[in-house]
Amino acid sequence: MASIKESRTSIKGSRRRGIALHLPLIVSTLISAFPFYWAVIMSTHSSSEIFSYPPKLLPGTHFLENVRNLFDAVDFFGSMWNSLLVAVSVTFLVLLFDSLAAFVFAKFEFPGKGLLFGLLMLIFMVPAQLSVIPQFVVMAKIGWIGSMTALIVPAAANAFGIFWMRQYMKTAIHDELLDASRLDGANFLRQYWHVALPVVRPGLAFLGIFTFMGQWNDFAWPLIALTNPNNVTLQVALSQLNGTHGTTDYGIVMTGALLALIPLLIVFAIGAKQIIGDLAKGAVRG
Amino acid sequence: MAVLEQTPPAVTPQPAPTGPKKGLRKYWHLYAAISPFYLIFLGFGLFPVGFSLYLSFHRWDGLGSMEWAGLSQYQYLLSDSDFWNSIGNTVVIWALATFPMIFLAMVTAVMLNSAVRFKGLYRVAYFLPNVTSVVAIAIVFGSIFSTNAGMVNAVLNAVGIDQVAWLNTPWGIKVTIAALMTWQWTGYNAIIFLAGLQTIPGDLYEAARMDGAGPIQTFFRITLPLLRPTLLFVLVVSTVTGLQSFSEPQVLLQTSSNDSTFAGGPGHSGQTMVLYFFQQTFDNNDFGYGAAVAWGIFLVVVLFSIINWRLVQRRGD
Repeated sequence: MASIKESRTSIKGSRRRGIALHLPLIVSTLISAFPFYWAVIMSTHSSSEIFSYPPKLLPGTHFLENVRNLFDAVDFFGSMWNSLLVAVSVTFLVLLFDSLAAFVFAKFEFPGKGLLFGLLMLIFMVPAQLSVIPQFVVMAKIGWIGSMTALIVPAAANAFGIFWMRQYMKTAIHDELLDASRLDGANFLRQYWHVALPVVRPGLAFLGIFTFMGQWNDFAWPLIALTNPNNVTLQVALSQLNGTHGTTDYGIVMTGALLALIPLLIVFAIGAKQIIGDLAKGAVRG
Repeated sequence: MAVLEQTPPAVTPQPAPTGPKKGLRKYWHLYAAISPFYLIFLGFGLFPVGFSLYLSFHRWDGLGSMEWAGLSQYQYLLSDSDFWNSIGNTVVIWALATFPMIFLAMVTAVMLNSAVRFKGLYRVAYFLPNVTSVVAIAIVFGSIFSTNAGMVNAVLNAVGIDQVAWLNTPWGIKVTIAALMTWQWTGYNAIIFLAGLQTIPGDLYEAARMDGAGPIQTFFRITLPLLRPTLLFVLVVSTVTGLQSFSEPQVLLQTSSNDSTFAGGPGHSGQTMVLYFFQQTFDNNDFGYGAAVAWGIFLVVVLFSIINWRLVQRRGD
């Protein structure tokens, strides 16, 4: 690889090595980015332009027209509201329930603790399809099918979050702090709120962002549970758009896919550094 | 209740000393704090798993009354050529995606590890495909691989190769789905590998260089063995998620068959196990058989996870 750049003899070998290293890295970055670019190109062209040869590689002028057609074809803002409602509610509930349970498992002793935690880890490994049918049956019986409740309640607390948060709290919260607060007369809830939560804020940020993105992108269960085609989440609406016309109108679908991506990208931009760092750390430790 | 909260002066690090006769009431607030997860689990986890086992021994359309079926659902499952077809599809797609992905991810990670500048920037760029929704990605890939308007065929035409009907031929479908998965997961796994590489002490490489080891020898003698735990993690996660793929083929192929949106394209050649499960359960309303299929999928996933585990463990020793 290093011999490619023979012309730069005046520059040190390390510089040459740097270019040889960065070239494939840049190429793979471009491959990573290409589908995003392609979506932008398609969202700015009309259907007839898209199906003409050769394929367009530069932006066109039909973006606003595609946006208008998109809003005519699906209830975009209604679906986005549903997605936001589900993702924000689930994130809030997961942060509350998971951190409470994690705090208890990390810092307190009580009868049955080992058994309950073992059960939690076992549940962690049960695959999703096993519960799809019964969950559907239960929800049909209590009348939640078709509503966002069917998406929010089962996701409100999860084994992964409790386990991850417990590992985090074990080292982040010092026992001396808890002892001191107890001597000051703080009860359990005060300890949780005033001692534990301020210390684990970075961990909460990771779990929150991770949960939000997972909920925003969730597809299989919403597709089954949301039986009213006019009241769905954004991902389901997008898939409807992709399927309704005989030949898909890529300009409209791509515009929808891009617009649906915006809230996710905002959340990712806020937490990218932490998400990437923490996830990788966990994998190496595990 | 406030009286119960007043634990004796705690000098020991144990926050709640086990009082012998106060009973469980002393701990009520701790149980209350962990209860939400277990209540949800009871309703939507434990009961479902038990119920799906019960269901798999019955015939049920989801509305009428259940009929005892004994082992017949499982007997049918074993002889169901559509189910075996879906296992074959899933495994082929998984292999087409996973092996290139692990290779590319490892190469990328090794390069990232030696590159000093822009590391953070590369990591964000490689991670981005992984946070994007599968629905959006599948729509984009559907158009990139589309027969008449796709980028891939345009490139093939430009270099003089006949265009391929990617989403209409058995292998084209599998390659497209695998390409999508590879694209989505390579960067993610490269970042995981990078974190693993950074735990390998630098003086090991120093010593290898002094002994005259070349870069390839160093990789196979030092890097790969020390990366084994990370490799195991990546392989197990790829297996568990890859064998349960649903959204990718569903969105890509939902309109290309007439019988079901879960059919997985012409000739069911992109129908994965989970797609087959959805088709049987929610298109055919065969809840009893669907439950049996779900247990079948579970067994296949467990089996593959064990095989992976064994392979990686042995290779290192």
